[in-house]
Amino acid sequence: MSRDKILTAAKQNKPALVALPEMATFAVAGTDLVAAFTASITKAGGAATVLGNLLELPAKIKEGWPDAKRVANFIHGDSSTNESLLKEVALLDLVVLKGQLGVAENGAIWLTNKDCVERVLPFITQHLVLVIDKQTLVGNMHQAYEVMGKQNPDYGVFIAGPSKTADIEQSLVIGAHGPRSLQVFIIE
Amino acid sequence: MRVALFIPCYVDQFYPKVAIATLRLLQHLDLDVHYPMQQTCCGQPMANGGFEHLTGSCNSNFIKAFAGYDYIVSPSGSCVLHVKDHLHDDKQEAAATTIRHKVYELCEFLTDIVQVKSIKASFPKNVALHQGCHGQRGLKLASSTETVVPFFSKPLQLLKMVEGLELVDLDRPDECCGFGGTFCVTEEAVSSAMGLSRIDDYTKHQATVITGTDMSCLMHQEGLIRRKKLPFEVMHISEVLIAGL
Amino acid sequence: MSTHNIPHPEAATAFLKDKERVQWHDETLWFVRYKRDKIVNEIPEWEQLRELASQIKDHTLSRLDEYLQEFEAAAISNGVTVHWAADAAEHNRIVHGIMAKHGAQKIVKSKSMLTEECHLNEYLEAQGIEVVDTDLGERIVQLNKEMPSHIVLPAIHIKKEEVGEIFHQHLGTEKGASDPLYLALAAREHLRQKFLAADIAITGVNFAIAETGAIVVCTNEGNADLGAHLAKVHIACMGIEKLIPRTEHLSVFLRMLARNATGQNITAYSSHFRKPAAGSEMHIVIVDNGRTTQLGREAFRNSLKCIRCGACLNTCPVYRRSGGHSYHNATAGPIGAILAPNLDMRKNADLPFASTLCGSCTDVCPVKIDIHNQLYQWRQVLTQEGYVPAAKTASMKVMASVLSSPARYTFAGKWARKFLRWFPSLALNKKLNPWARQRDLPEPPKESFREWYRKQASGK
Repeated sequence: MSRDKILTAAKQNKPALVALPEMATFAVAGTDLVAAFTASITKAGGAATVLGNLLELPAKIKEGWPDAKRVANFIHGDSSTNESLLKEVALLDLVVLKGQLGVAENGAIWLTNKDCVERVLPFITQHLVLVIDKQTLVGNMHQAYEVMGKQNPDYGVFIAGPSKTADIEQSLVIGAHGPRSLQVFIIE
Repeated sequence: MRVALFIPCYVDQFYPKVAIATLRLLQHLDLDVHYPMQQTCCGQPMANGGFEHLTGSCNSNFIKAFAGYDYIVSPSGSCVLHVKDHLHDDKQEAAATTIRHKVYELCEFLTDIVQVKSIKASFPKNVALHQGCHGQRGLKLASSTETVVPFFSKPLQLLKMVEGLELVDLDRPDECCGFGGTFCVTEEAVSSAMGLSRIDDYTKHQATVITGTDMSCLMHQEGLIRRKKLPFEVMHISEVLIAGL
Repeated sequence: MSTHNIPHPEAATAFLKDKERVQWHDETLWFVRYKRDKIVNEIPEWEQLRELASQIKDHTLSRLDEYLQEFEAAAISNGVTVHWAADAAEHNRIVHGIMAKHGAQKIVKSKSMLTEECHLNEYLEAQGIEVVDTDLGERIVQLNKEMPSHIVLPAIHIKKEEVGEIFHQHLGTEKGASDPLYLALAAREHLRQKFLAADIAITGVNFAIAETGAIVVCTNEGNADLGAHLAKVHIACMGIEKLIPRTEHLSVFLRMLARNATGQNITAYSSHFRKPAAGSEMHIVIVDNGRTTQLGREAFRNSLKCIRCGACLNTCPVYRRSGGHSYHNATAGPIGAILAPNLDMRKNADLPFASTLCGSCTDVCPVKIDIHNQLYQWRQVLTQEGYVPAAKTASMKVMASVLSSPARYTFAGKWARKFLRWFPSLALNKKLNPWARQRDLPEPPKESFREWYRKQASGK
């Protein structure tokens, strides 16, 4: 049995025990997390805007994506509209989801399968809007895992920008297979 | 302190002027310098070629040549690194260990042991420093651009003491020149291409003199320079440090 | 596409014939190194992170069998089917077996160097199954019927005009088109159809978490997720060395991977797969294929810490000027040169010698693999095992004899210089002396240093 063969060989061949090191958080006090997050997401080809209130969002969506026809908005959207939109996910123009936290050092936003509603939604849509609360911003990944590391969701993803590729002669193209844009709204 | 001069085999045979410059420089600093005639080669070409197991007699000869000195100094980062990493002798391991701790490349000897603060040399030219890899990353003669550490460079520290010397900035300050020992003939095409890249860098930044810690790197680059009939002067750092003295 | 077996020096010489193209290849990859330098210098604790990452991996290897079992148990309790493959052939059979069971015909695959190592595509195609590589770079080389030349940037050796030609032939784009945006959008539409129609999605694994049985896949394109979430069956292929102990350790590796690989803070997507979605199936294939052997090699086991960032390829002056194909293995460059001999010493004896031992690779490695030392050590092993030419062994023995005796050495040196002075054209003969192809020889001095010194000493 290969399983036994592999485990036996690993047991036989492994080196003497090396201690697991202590983890550090490398936290930096006093960072302007909103500014840092915005800079990171912008660098990655996305955008971040601060809103004073979640109620400002619907207008912003209308304003930002006036031509989007199939918009699955899971924050303010109508549930039966969303239900029928989900029957043809490949045709979605815009998806609006709530993220759990944002990481300032790299612009990453954490979503679990529940946050995604359906796992494919943040990937199949042409454009993606993610909404996070300002208080959920953390400085770096160590701090992020301190907050969500024990959640153990069925699925989770850090999304840190629109999809992209530089595989054709290192020319950056935004919008590879996933969304062509990522707009983040940070709610005060 | 009794200082022994360890001269790389190819410097002894093909670039005696570098050995003479090193000797003169150390004597100028009032050091008691000896040249043990017993020495031959450190054994690196064989070891790097996969034949470390044949270097036993080379190692014994090295120990025989250099036992009993306070310091062993060489104008070669790569040879010194090889001795530091690989000098062993089944029959006299204690002697080998002693030597491994006493062997120094020229620049690090001057900055760390002699702690030279000024050199009365004068060399008013545009100089490009080629940082030999083994000396830099192996002996830590200078920080490397790959690592996130505060910048330092022992060869540069010394060059800065030379009057009139203008150091030229390079696009790739620590890319390998491509000598690599037998690599220079077994992978000749890559080796030459790497050397020519360095030369393009010097040309772009208008250096007139190329210097460095290792004559092997310089010999390889000089070979390419002479074949292309380019007007660079190629000198070992020891020759620059005694210029005008 | 199987890997050819032209030795590195020959392949490199051929690659270098097109000087302009090599310059472009070298500069393109150097720019990736430059971007990496810029971004890692923004992290003051970078060197501490390297040490932390290195120790986490060292620890994991020292308990590898236990972590493998912990991982398997957790994955099984998550409803994931775990398979074990001793070698590449078994891996291919297992993957095919899952497909056959489902009657799957259309497969999408995101980047997995392991599946390249196992030549999975070739195997499946022989069974009549269409596998579409969905990473854009991988799709380009797949259509062009060649192996990727870089573990992170598979098509780095291909120019946009050439991509245009490939896409014109296979995707029906306009002839002569070379605009990257136009071509990438064409690929987007083409691959979107493949994602939507796929029966099974294969992904690689960047990190496997022992404590939870989850696997993490990092992409910029989102292709791993599009595949895995649209297909009914997700097969994740991983080498045994992909394990890390706990979820929190991801913070270290996810901070380092993209920065070191491409000079970005993090990939667009870092997906954590633990349980399949309702109505879907998830499989993990755990592969050995020589890794436990490497684990037992004291001098080389550290190579298993590799997180496949590709930084050693980008920094290697030899790789940049010889191209990934000259390493005739799925994984090229410095890391490839210390992994491949473990799989086949005879076939890969040339690789550890395709280096000047400059040490740049060791300095960029995020997990502190002592790559250049391992290259040196492999040279010793390969020589002892008899994989170097007899002529080399003979000349090295002569060298050892000459260099261990002052008298023989002095004699040889004197006559070498005389020879060069008397027969310069012979020494400069390009056929006899590779040195002389592009270099002049040093002027042989009349006196060696020791001859000068002896004269000085006696003259005083």
